[in-house]
Order: sequence, then C-alpha cells, then structure tokens
Amino acid sequence: MGLPVAIIGSGNIGTDLMYKLGRSEQLDLVALIGIDPDSDGLARARALGYEAPANGIDWVSENPNAVKLVFDATSAYVHVRHAKVLAELGITAVDLTPAARGPKVIPPVNLMEHLDAPNVNMVTCGGQATTPMVAAVSRVTRVPYAEMVSTVSSKSAGPGTRQNIDEFTRTTSKALEEIGGAEIGKAIIILNPAEPPILMRNTVFCALPDGTDHDAVRESVISMVADVAKYVPGYRLKQEPVIEEGPFNTPGGVVPHRVVVLLEVEGAGDYLPTYAGNLDIMTAAAVRVGEAIATHQEVSA
Amino acid sequence: MTAVANEAPARDFRLIDSTLRDGSHAISHQYEVAQVEAIVRGLDAAGVQVIEVAHGDGLGGSSFNYGFSKVSELELVEAAVNATTNAQIACLLVPGIGTVDDLRRVRDLGVGVARIAVHCTEADITEQHIKIAHDLGMEAVGFLMMAHMNTPEGLLQQARLLESYGADTIYIADSAGALTTNEVRARVAEIVGGINVPLGVHAHQNLQLAVANSIAAYEEGARNLDGTSAGLGAGAGNCPTEILAAVCEKNGIISGVDPLALMDVAEEITRPLMPRAQVVDRAGLLLGYAGVYGSFLLHAQKAAERYGVSQAEILLELGARKAVGGQEDMIIDVAVELARKHAAMEQTS
Repeated sequence: MGLPVAIIGSGNIGTDLMYKLGRSEQLDLVALIGIDPDSDGLARARALGYEAPANGIDWVSENPNAVKLVFDATSAYVHVRHAKVLAELGITAVDLTPAARGPKVIPPVNLMEHLDAPNVNMVTCGGQATTPMVAAVSRVTRVPYAEMVSTVSSKSAGPGTRQNIDEFTRTTSKALEEIGGAEIGKAIIILNPAEPPILMRNTVFCALPDGTDHDAVRESVISMVADVAKYVPGYRLKQEPVIEEGPFNTPGGVVPHRVVVLLEVEGAGDYLPTYAGNLDIMTAAAVRVGEAIATHQEVSA
Repeated sequence: MTAVANEAPARDFRLIDSTLRDGSHAISHQYEVAQVEAIVRGLDAAGVQVIEVAHGDGLGGSSFNYGFSKVSELELVEAAVNATTNAQIACLLVPGIGTVDDLRRVRDLGVGVARIAVHCTEADITEQHIKIAHDLGMEAVGFLMMAHMNTPEGLLQQARLLESYGADTIYIADSAGALTTNEVRARVAEIVGGINVPLGVHAHQNLQLAVANSIAAYEEGARNLDGTSAGLGAGAGNCPTEILAAVCEKNGIISGVDPLALMDVAEEITRPLMPRAQVVDRAGLLLGYAGVYGSFLLHAQKAAERYGVSQAEILLELGARKAVGGQEDMIIDVAVELARKHAAMEQTS
C-alpha cells in the first residue's frame, strides 16, 4: 500500500500529474479534485476510477483521513488559502503554484533537506529545469553570476503563467541563487508560437572565475543531467556543455569564461503532447518529491 | 538652422527616437553617460518629443544572452532625464526579460513613457505591465514585435487586447525589417480601423524600405513613427530620423522636428560612435529576407567567429527554426550544431 494522496486542480498540470501518479508504487492516488464538474480533467479521472469531486478543498476537509498528502495544482492565490486548511488538517502539501508558502525543492539538489516540511514548493518549470545545472557548476567552482533562458511553446503556457510572467522570472532567479548556489541569478522566459510547437528549451549560462577546472564543470553538468533524467526521462543536453572565452562583464564581476548548457525537455505526453516539457518537468518533479516523502514517512513511522 | 523646439508646433505625427535603445544593439550596449547626454541634447533641441533609453532588449536586458551593458541602464536613463528640456524620456520593457520592478525604478527617475514590447502573438502577457505603467502615471505603449509573423487581422486582435488592458498607444514593429510597403499598408489600415487609440510603426532597414514604409504607414493613418539617428539600430538599422524628417518636409507632412538639426546630430554625434557603418550588407539583407530578428546579427557574427561557421548559415537556420525575438541563446545552439555537422562531414569525406 502506498501513501494515499489527492490532487487539487483539474487543469493541465493536475490532469498530467494524475497520469504520472497512476504509475507510482509509493503513492496511491485517491482523488482528483476540481471545481468544475464538467472539466475534462475530472471526466478523465472518473473514467480511470478515481474520485472526482468538484467541491475543491472542501472535499479534503470533509474527508480528513482519506489522504496524507495533497498536490496543489491550482494557482498561487488559491494555494495561500489551501495551505492553511491543509496545515490545520496535518496533511502535507506539495505546491505546484508559485505561492511559495514552504521551502523550494529541486529534487536532485535539496530534496532530502525538506522531507519533514508540512508544505514544499516546486518553484517553476524553468526553475526545475535549470537550477540543477547551476548547482552542478557551483559544486565545483564559485558561480558569481548565473542566468537561465527558458523558451516554451505558446500553446503550453497557460493563463496562470501569462497573467503573471514576472512571478516566473522572480521565483526562478531566486532559486538559481538560493538552491543553485549562484551569487546572483537572472531568469528570462520567452514564448514561441511556432507550429508545430517547439519542445521546451532551456539555456543556462554560468560565469566561471579564473582558475576554474573546466573539465570538472563539464563532468559535473553531465552527471547532474543524468540525475534529473532519472525522474524526467525527456530531459537531455541539446549539445555537450560548451565553455566560451570572454571576458564577460557580469553583475558578479568580470570573468574570463562562461559555461553554456543547452537543454531540451521532451514531455512524456501523458496529457498534453510531448512539446509541453515545461508541464512535464513540474509534474515529474512533484511525483519525485511525493515519493521521497512517502518513503521517509514509512521509515519514520 | 531653424529653432523649433520651444514653439511646440502643430505636428502631423509624433516621432519617437530610439537611438539610445534600439541603437544600443549596434554598439553592443556600450553606451556611456557622455554619449547619452550629447544625443539627448541634440535630439531635444531638434524638436524630438520622445527619446527612448534602455538596453537594446529593454529594461533588464543586460545579460549573458543579450550582452552586458557597459554602464547600468539606470545611470543612462538618469543622465537622459537630466539632459532633456522638452522631450519626454521613454523606456522599453519586454515582459519575460524585465519586470514591473524595473518600471517602478525608471518612473522614480522621471521616465514618462513605458513601451511594453511583446512578440506579435503574445499580447496577453502584458496586461500586468500595461496596468502598472498606467497606475504609475506613465503613458503605456503596447508594442507588437516581429509584425511580419502575424496577419493584419491577427495583429488587430492583439492590438485590441493591448487596448483592453489600457494601452494609450499601440505600435507594430517590423523587428526583422521583413515587411514590404504593401504589407505595411495592409497592416496599418486594418489596425487603425479597429482600435480607438493612436497607432505607431517601428521600421527597419533590411530591405531598404524603412523610410518608405514609415511614410506609407503615415498615409494609412499611423500617427507615431519610430526612428534612430543615422539609422543606428539592430540588424541593418532603423528608419533614419534625419531622412524621415527630410522626406516629410518635402511631402508636406509636418514632423515638428528640424531635419537640418537632426542631420547635425547624425553626422557629428552618432556616426563618430558607430563601430561599423550601418549598411544593408549580406547579413543585414538576409535578416529581412528570411524574417529573422534584427538583434541576432552581431550575436551571430560573434558565434560564427567562435565556432568557425558562416554567419549567413546561422541566420538562415534561425529563420527556418522560426526563432522569435529574445531567443539569442538559439544562436549558440545553431552554431555548435553547424560546427559539429561540418566536422562530421570532413571526417567522412
């Protein structure tokens, strides 16, 4: 028996997550909870035999013992309210919105530090894709400045992202600093409307100070890519990491070199098509976090 | 030389000069305070009403991806605000690159116009920025980039979204210099007929049509036109303001700016700081021909040198991949891939 869990939010993210949880051995999905009984997500949940209530967080309050962990795939605004309810019920929250009530988690970097947190935040899709790369560099050298550029297909950017795109850049740049280990972080997001839709692309630049062991940087990046690919199978290097010669006048000071890591993320195609790697990396990372919490609770119990 | 600046003449359209924003691309964002002051003074004295200052990719654009500014843009903006007497200072912001925090900072410095720039199909990411620009008491301009990548009808739909968020002015930008004069006419006519705020056009020179397209846009009802001194700008450069002003005068269109004074600025201040002549060379023409974002030009040149591949090949591949503004990182990707392909071919042959 796995840990009983529910998802709140029956949009793209919640529905994609439902398919991934269906394959998890450590997590037992009980319900996909929405607010619109006619939503496509809830219809799919019913067809798969899950509970599919349309009364939102109230379902959790009415069934406080049904689940031990809730994935919240609503919006930052709504999650603030949900976080309170879940905390009172003693239910762990994995927050896929930018609300950031709990610590930010990037699985291959800091997952083990937050297994007892009542609420963990999944940062942003771009943050999940690029923070591990910055961490890979900062574990072998000082990173005075790091920058990420995320390009996603217009079709895969939902209304939540579009209405608050600044939230993406702020949250992601903070993650590059707090979790990635860069002294200064910057995040950029571009929407590309090309048809057929492009795969999610991410580029990570890290400033490399004088004396950096470039081979160690390359090896560390390649090994971290493999770690992410364990839970996001479509995560890969588009090219080998390249070291470019400057000098570069970064906000963290002038450096002689930079490393450029070019990544793409192909989705698993669970709900949205494979181009939506940005959606996939969030849900896959959330499952990874949920499973680690489940294993941890089992050991602790 | 006639002095027109203080007479506030009736004008047939408003000229917005972007030498200190779009022109920043052409000098790889190396503007210094003294250059900004000299250009602002010259343009202001010539009667230009709005002068745009920022990193070429807008506020917050200083980065690995787009190139680091030599001097912080806030310092340059402040210098511009202090150097102007009549002209308003404007800033450009691309949501996804900069944030509303940047708008607040430049508002505090005295910037009056916020141009919120977005790819021509993605207007719905600008709602927050346009509203906040308004709340801050700035004129909010919605600026649709790469206008060749959308139809007249599609652009109108996007323009209406911008208007619904509160944009005071709407612009279409031919960021690749890819539009022919007929294509500009069709777009302007369609949009002007469907919105209730003034429309502007930002032209580039890749097909050598920037002035002709700007005049055509005016004839179809555009009442804001962009230009830069000596055409300094991304790719093959922008609509040269001094030429536009001269043509306007000959056509009996009142620009409100003094062509002779603008010629002096172009010749004595702008040209001396140009690292390369602003001409339509092969790469510049290719951008317009293939519909590729103008700012890619110098980044592609650098990548071509770094990886020993052809700049033209990089630009054509970017066009084939339908890259949009801001995707400068794709240039490295393309260059590395081309270099790898060439190496593989040499090995097999």
